[in-house]
Amino acid sequence: MPSTVAVTVARYRPERESEPSFQTYEIPVRKDWVVLDALNHIKDGLDGSLSYRWSCRMGVCGSCGMKVNGTPKLTCATFLSDYLPGPIRVEPLDYFPVVRDLVVDLTDFVRKLKQVKPWIIRKEEKPLGEGEYLQTPDQLDTYKQFSMCINCMLCYSACPIYGLEPSFIGPAAIALAQRYNMDSRDQGAAERLEILSEHDGIWQCTFVGECTKVCPKHVDPAGAIQQYKLAGATHWMRSLLLPRSAR
Amino acid sequence: MSEPHYTLYHPRWYRRRVSVWWWLQKGSYTRFVLREITSVFVAFFAVVYLWQIYTLGQGPEAYGRFLARLRTPLFLALDTVAFLFVLFHAITWFNLTPKAMVVRLRGKRVPDSVIVGANYAAWLVVSGAVAFIMLRG
Repeated sequence: MPSTVAVTVARYRPERESEPSFQTYEIPVRKDWVVLDALNHIKDGLDGSLSYRWSCRMGVCGSCGMKVNGTPKLTCATFLSDYLPGPIRVEPLDYFPVVRDLVVDLTDFVRKLKQVKPWIIRKEEKPLGEGEYLQTPDQLDTYKQFSMCINCMLCYSACPIYGLEPSFIGPAAIALAQRYNMDSRDQGAAERLEILSEHDGIWQCTFVGECTKVCPKHVDPAGAIQQYKLAGATHWMRSLLLPRSAR
Repeated sequence: MSEPHYTLYHPRWYRRRVSVWWWLQKGSYTRFVLREITSVFVAFFAVVYLWQIYTLGQGPEAYGRFLARLRTPLFLALDTVAFLFVLFHAITWFNLTPKAMVVRLRGKRVPDSVIVGANYAAWLVVSGAVAFIMLRG
């Protein structure tokens, strides 16, 4: 194993430059170091002006998503040793506006997430005295996968449709909508379908499938969207063919 | 005292435009675009098929001319390319079905390989039946 590796980091300092540039740092290689450790090493000892987001360093918070050698990755789970002898190129996530260096603005996603109503909707809440809404392990199993999303935005960065059509609601938000649709306690599927069957919803997706490949939590957003399409199409057929009472 | 005047902070974002050649930047993107293009060849086969039915209605002479035209090198080349694309279309389609079709048996999700396998099996059975009917006479 070489003792150092070159890490090339995208820099964007809006007060100084109008376009990003690249800066290369020599980083000591340690077997247990991930790309985030390299960035922390730069920040602590080589160049304190580097900006990036991170928090938990254990794949839970979803803050440290960046592009490593062109692929969206959680930098806390991407080992330097997998990229030797280097160089390793670290860039901000694609398709989001860059605020500074490796920091992107996620406002667009937060707004879209709210649109799909990612919470349990009840037509009528039952009185507290009747206790909790119970759920069997099998019922939990139907949506659990989609509930693992940590909003790291790797899927948006991998989705060329989002890049070409920024109004597309996008993989994570649709997967989270599906998470609530499939929850046995939820009754809001029709409300969400109204939003998601519109132009910027599920039908924008042409099933590139990259969102699922880059997802660090195995959420499978591409699967969620295709299942949603099937449900949406079935709903449309039923509303076309069946009388109102039988739908 | 007058109200203080605030200026809303707005970062000077950098936005990169998506290149027209984005689909050449990654093998998986290129395969995706090729898969989308296969629809053109599926349509091509459909048109040829409709043309065949039309000429069949025009009588044996027209149908003979149609068959002769299909045997020209141009059509043989076109058909070969179209066939390869349609094959690619079918295979990628079958491989993607378990993503959209989640089948649950006794509360447990049926593995993807079973759903893909069932699709291929159905394809084989239908193709075999069609071949049997066509080649019998």
